[in-house]
Amino acid sequence: MKTFKRWLNSFLLYELLKGLKVTFVNMFRRKATIQYPEEKTPLSPRFRGLHALRTYPNGEERCIACKLCEAVCPASAITIEAGVRESDGTRRTTKYEIDLFKCIFCGFCEESCPVDSIVETRVFDYHFENENEKVMTKPMLLKMGQIYEDQIAADRAADAKYR
Amino acid sequence: MNEFIMGIDLMAWLETVFWILLKIVAILLPLVLAVAYTTYAERKIIGYMQLRLGPNRVGPKGWFQPFADVIKLVMKEIIIPRGANKALFILAPVLFIGPAFAAWAVIPFDAEVVLADINAGLLFVLAMTSIGVYGVIIAGWASNSKYAFLGAMRSAAQIVSYELAMGFALVGVLMCAQSMNLSEIVNAQSGGIFSWFWLPLFPLLIVYWISGVAETNRAPFDMAEGESEIVAGFHVEYAGTAFALFFLAEYANMILISFLTALMFMGGWLSPFEGLGILEEWTAWVPGTIWLLMKAFISLFGLLWIRATFPRFRYDQVMRLGWKIFIPVTLVWLPILAVWIKFEAWPFN
Repeated sequence: MKTFKRWLNSFLLYELLKGLKVTFVNMFRRKATIQYPEEKTPLSPRFRGLHALRTYPNGEERCIACKLCEAVCPASAITIEAGVRESDGTRRTTKYEIDLFKCIFCGFCEESCPVDSIVETRVFDYHFENENEKVMTKPMLLKMGQIYEDQIAADRAADAKYR
Repeated sequence: MNEFIMGIDLMAWLETVFWILLKIVAILLPLVLAVAYTTYAERKIIGYMQLRLGPNRVGPKGWFQPFADVIKLVMKEIIIPRGANKALFILAPVLFIGPAFAAWAVIPFDAEVVLADINAGLLFVLAMTSIGVYGVIIAGWASNSKYAFLGAMRSAAQIVSYELAMGFALVGVLMCAQSMNLSEIVNAQSGGIFSWFWLPLFPLLIVYWISGVAETNRAPFDMAEGESEIVAGFHVEYAGTAFALFFLAEYANMILISFLTALMFMGGWLSPFEGLGILEEWTAWVPGTIWLLMKAFISLFGLLWIRATFPRFRYDQVMRLGWKIFIPVTLVWLPILAVWIKFEAWPFN
């Protein structure tokens, strides 16, 4: 009897029809597509995108060239050279470069930074048109910091109680 | 005098050729457009079934997507692989698409609207759909590629196997209609939705339709293209326009199978409301072609639907289904049908 029932089921394409019903019902459900340039998925305040070097509100750069980020970077993507700044004799970076081809966006640089200087922003949709553009230089990083300062500050504030 | 007669003959001959060509264009142009929008419908319907939106960027709601695809394919280079048989490599897509188009000659689109109203229309269609396999085999062989050759072998075995089941299913249609002419087959079904052949031939309809899916190498029977094992099967080495021809032929075959299902089992251009009084009156203005198109679309939608639903068969399963299930089923149903017709029980009275 059981064999007969199974035979009948396979002959009447019972399970295939069940499968067809699933796809048919799904055809009328709400679609999950995010239409990217117009719509974007929500990002966490901890999102790790393109890097930026932050400055204090008075315009002074935060970075003190402690080289912790360079040391902690697992991909050796960060290159720092330190020196004395001519104007006031403070220790500053003379070169701060991040190779974006090496970077794995782990966020260790951000965590290691004692002055919240190097941060990762929410910018994830970028591209290069020339080979040498893969290295982010210090002016580029500072510029990123200026452009996205509001967003960066808001994200740090939102995440402050967990840090 | 002699010259005069020759001149008239030539004129008459030219006129005939002109009219035939015009009719061919009148069938092929809508067919190619239909193919273009079948690809669009396929991507859209499968997308919707997978909770995606499908193409929606080119033109309003993506309506120009097929044209973008065509332009892309036509602009591309036709690459002839090293070691390939050049002549056969170029010939194969033509051999594949030729029969796919030729089969349309005998398809009636309405009562009396048919390019070639031949007696053995059904046989012609069967022959044309089978002959397409030469294009596949030649493409696979001429490519000088193992993947292409494996795909071609699979495709050939599959088409030959399912041809049998399909042929047997059509024997049922012949028995009911007493004719091989497609128009007469449709006329034999007149008298409302319950005198169409789908009812007495229901198992054969299922067998025919599934064999049709297998014949056109469509999912879930697309072993010939099995992406996971043999990349794209017999047309793996084709690019540009040559690939577009294979694509066009495959979709033309899909539409052909849909039309044949509509013609042979679902009453062709006959109104489904025949003999239903008021409903028949209300829909009397609908031309037969519209009914035919609607029925064909249902069948075509089914093809896309099962592609979105089922995973690909394993090769031995395909062979098993064809030889050990479909052929016995049709062989059992044909004697039953013969007795049914002999005793003139409903609906054959």
